[in-house]
Amino acid sequence: MEQFIAFVKKEFYHVLRDRRTLFILFGMPLAQILIFGFALTNEVKNARIAVFDQAKDEASQQLISRITASGYFEIQEDVMDNSLMEDAFKSGKIKLAIIFPRHFENDLFHQHHAQIQVIADASDPNTATTLTSYISSIIQDYQAELAGGAAVMPYQIIPEIRMLYNPQLKGAPNFVPGVMALVLMLVSVMMTAISIVREKETGTMEVLLVSPFKPTWVILSKAVPYLILSLVNVLTILLMSVYVLDLPIAGSWVLLLAESTLFIITCLTLGIFISIKTKSQQVAMLISLMGMLLPTIMFSGFMFPIENMPLPLQLISNVVPAKWFYIIIKSIMIKGLGFEGIWKETLILIMITLFFFLLSLRSFKIRLE
Amino acid sequence: MVEHSASGAGSSKKSLNMIAVNHISKTYNGGAVKAVNDVSFTVDRGELFGLIGPDGAGKSSIFRMLTTLLLPDSGTATVNGYNIVTNYQQIRSSVGYMPGRFSLYQDLSIEENLHFFATLFNTTVEENYHLIADIYVQIAPFKKRRAGKLSGGMKQKLALCCALIHKPTVLFLDEPTTGVDPVSRKEFWEMLGRLKRQGITIVVSTPYMDEASLCDRIALIQQGKILSVDTPQQIIAAYPDQLYAVKAADMLRLVQILPTFRPSVNSYLFGEYIHVDALDINGDGLKDDLIRFLDAEGFKGIEVIPISPTIEDCFIKMLTS
Amino acid sequence: MNSGETVIKTANLTKQFGDFVAVNQISFEVYKGEIFGFLGANGAGKTTAMRMLCGLSIPSSGNATVAGFDIYRQPEQIKRQIGYMSQKFSLYEDLTVKENIHFFGGIYGLDNQELKTKSDALIAQLGLQSEAKTLVRELPLGWKQKLAFSVSVLHKPKIVFLDEPTGGVDPVTRRQFWTLIYEAASNGITVFVTTHYMDEAEYCNRVSIMVDGSIEALGTPQELKTQLNETTMDGVFYQLARGAKREA
Repeated sequence: MEQFIAFVKKEFYHVLRDRRTLFILFGMPLAQILIFGFALTNEVKNARIAVFDQAKDEASQQLISRITASGYFEIQEDVMDNSLMEDAFKSGKIKLAIIFPRHFENDLFHQHHAQIQVIADASDPNTATTLTSYISSIIQDYQAELAGGAAVMPYQIIPEIRMLYNPQLKGAPNFVPGVMALVLMLVSVMMTAISIVREKETGTMEVLLVSPFKPTWVILSKAVPYLILSLVNVLTILLMSVYVLDLPIAGSWVLLLAESTLFIITCLTLGIFISIKTKSQQVAMLISLMGMLLPTIMFSGFMFPIENMPLPLQLISNVVPAKWFYIIIKSIMIKGLGFEGIWKETLILIMITLFFFLLSLRSFKIRLE
Repeated sequence: MVEHSASGAGSSKKSLNMIAVNHISKTYNGGAVKAVNDVSFTVDRGELFGLIGPDGAGKSSIFRMLTTLLLPDSGTATVNGYNIVTNYQQIRSSVGYMPGRFSLYQDLSIEENLHFFATLFNTTVEENYHLIADIYVQIAPFKKRRAGKLSGGMKQKLALCCALIHKPTVLFLDEPTTGVDPVSRKEFWEMLGRLKRQGITIVVSTPYMDEASLCDRIALIQQGKILSVDTPQQIIAAYPDQLYAVKAADMLRLVQILPTFRPSVNSYLFGEYIHVDALDINGDGLKDDLIRFLDAEGFKGIEVIPISPTIEDCFIKMLTS
Repeated sequence: MNSGETVIKTANLTKQFGDFVAVNQISFEVYKGEIFGFLGANGAGKTTAMRMLCGLSIPSSGNATVAGFDIYRQPEQIKRQIGYMSQKFSLYEDLTVKENIHFFGGIYGLDNQELKTKSDALIAQLGLQSEAKTLVRELPLGWKQKLAFSVSVLHKPKIVFLDEPTGGVDPVTRRQFWTLIYEAASNGITVFVTTHYMDEAEYCNRVSIMVDGSIEALGTPQELKTQLNETTMDGVFYQLARGAKREA
């Protein structure tokens, strides 16, 4: 046990004394969260929109002038009918369109409720949500004005929001689970693999092997520090998403951390497997980047929706652990699901981990090749 | 460490030899490279044994097999009575090993390296400090310095301390002096002498022939084959011919002329002299002939001295005959 | 062999890294066709000094010319006039013998015709005809070193710098290597060599010994032995370097 502690201590020295490692460990998650976070909370100004006013009455004009006055929108005058609108969306000329029904004012004042259609281009989900929420709040202000301070709104305007192209709004709050998968892949797979292979390269592995410390313990004690560091990373990302990005966690923290630990262990086994199979730091790094990080970005569903991919790629995505982790984390963080909702994905992760663990154990050599 | 004392090892296993190597061979790349070719030798308890040979002779492969890092293709070997294949765990916990490259953690300090290796071997620095004391005091003033910032000589001393800290029964040092200057090399061999007096068996490899005479016994090795195993004195005594050291004013021309003297005479540069090996011709007749020959060639300041060979001469003899 | 023409001249050449004076005011001359042994303990400053002379590192102070060019202002001209070989890097292991010769000849500006004749001559001289298409990594170390040396003088440089060229080489090959050095020197190439083998110090025309960044002794091996009352260069070196303050 003492040997084990000494080993773990040594591993921490390595990490803490290497600025590059430290930077990747802690700079990366911070930078990623901030970059994505910035993109998310970025205020949209002068977004081009189209207004298709079929009512052309006082109420519709009042609302349009308020929208114009907000400063967030720039109304494209030439896009005035349905067919033109579709082209304008496709060419990216407008980000959002507002359609007033024929009897808007009449509906509003006589039936006490009227509808407005708000159509947004959700291929850029961040902008789409931001814009629709601006429109909604302008409409609410207008309603409040009509109510004249009454607690119950006498006249209700119901915006009927449609998201074009990406109805489920993939992206926006989804990037935190994505960043988590990426960072853990980087830290747990690449760093672990490199740190083991480095010992082979510098020859210290020879000395470690010729010692009473069991070779499998050498590998295990390499994994422990990175498990701890990865957990610190997970916590950092979660705390930042809650307190900096105001992205609350809907489900259980305990479950979230437990599932993260499982995924870290998956990554560590992958890292160890790579380190067993390679001899130089460069090769280990290349395999980690090309073989692990790239599929994580492509197939986790974080950047590109998997259901839009051709079937062969969808099948490939099933063996990418990050995909399952991504689903798990999203379910807990955003949908607030409990374990009963994610047990299948958890089981798949456990299977993948066991597979690579056994494979590593089989290919691990107690001697030099 | 107690379990490796005489009683623990079992009296039946306790042979006179600390190391016994029996016809071991090792090939790489599926047999394409013969690194070690049917090598046998023994090392006695408490002996300072040298494997002497150039790079690529197979020294490191032999070390790695004896330290259980490589499996031999054929042959057997025991270290302290333990078989290198089946009893590898016992060997691993009782030997000290210093690989060719000083295997230290560059980003840990002297102290941290030493403590790490001590703990790894289930011991403490304090427990065996007496073993490393006179080496460690030389680097102790820099104990907070990272190993990567140390000079070659200091790294070498630290690596030796780390290999010694668990009081190994056998110490394997693979080319500890390669690339190290003559002064540091001399100091290093003095340290080895003191360790030997403490009863540690030491196996050391080196490409420097002049270090051979500092060993109790040596194995001369070239291209995976052992040329000779004996004490340095015996190897020198076994040199079959009379050797002469020849010198003249124009050494460069002397080198070129000497091969034309007699076809059966081998000559080569050796420090400030040229060594002339008379092969099977003995007696002073050769010396007089040689002086006459060089005189006739117009050399000035001719010196021809009969000398006894060094290990390097013996090695050259074995390589050329 | 020594025509008296100076090819390297340094005056108070100094290199400092922060507080640490790696090379401390060294002054010496090396003559054309000379074999100049540059000895010193590990850490004495040999490598740093050699780097400055090769135009790879700018001195902190002092002056030096190599092959008539100033090491501050004309490092590029210097690089064209010198050859360099070290124990660590010399040839590309994954290229064949012939490819290595062509590559290194090529970067020193030999044209195709020259390359062809020279590489054939070189391969013949080293007895490597049957190995011309062998990867360098498959050659024994001694052959590699001989080949590396021959390649480093292929473009007939004025000076060739050899950094521990014979480390780990067997005694017979080591001597063959020195025969090559003698040949190069007799062709007028100046040889600037470092070594840890003290018998090789005897093969040099003149030897300098560096201790703690300064040149403590300089002369023919015979002069140094007489001066310090020693019978071997080993003794000379030991006497001088033993007093080093800098940790080796």
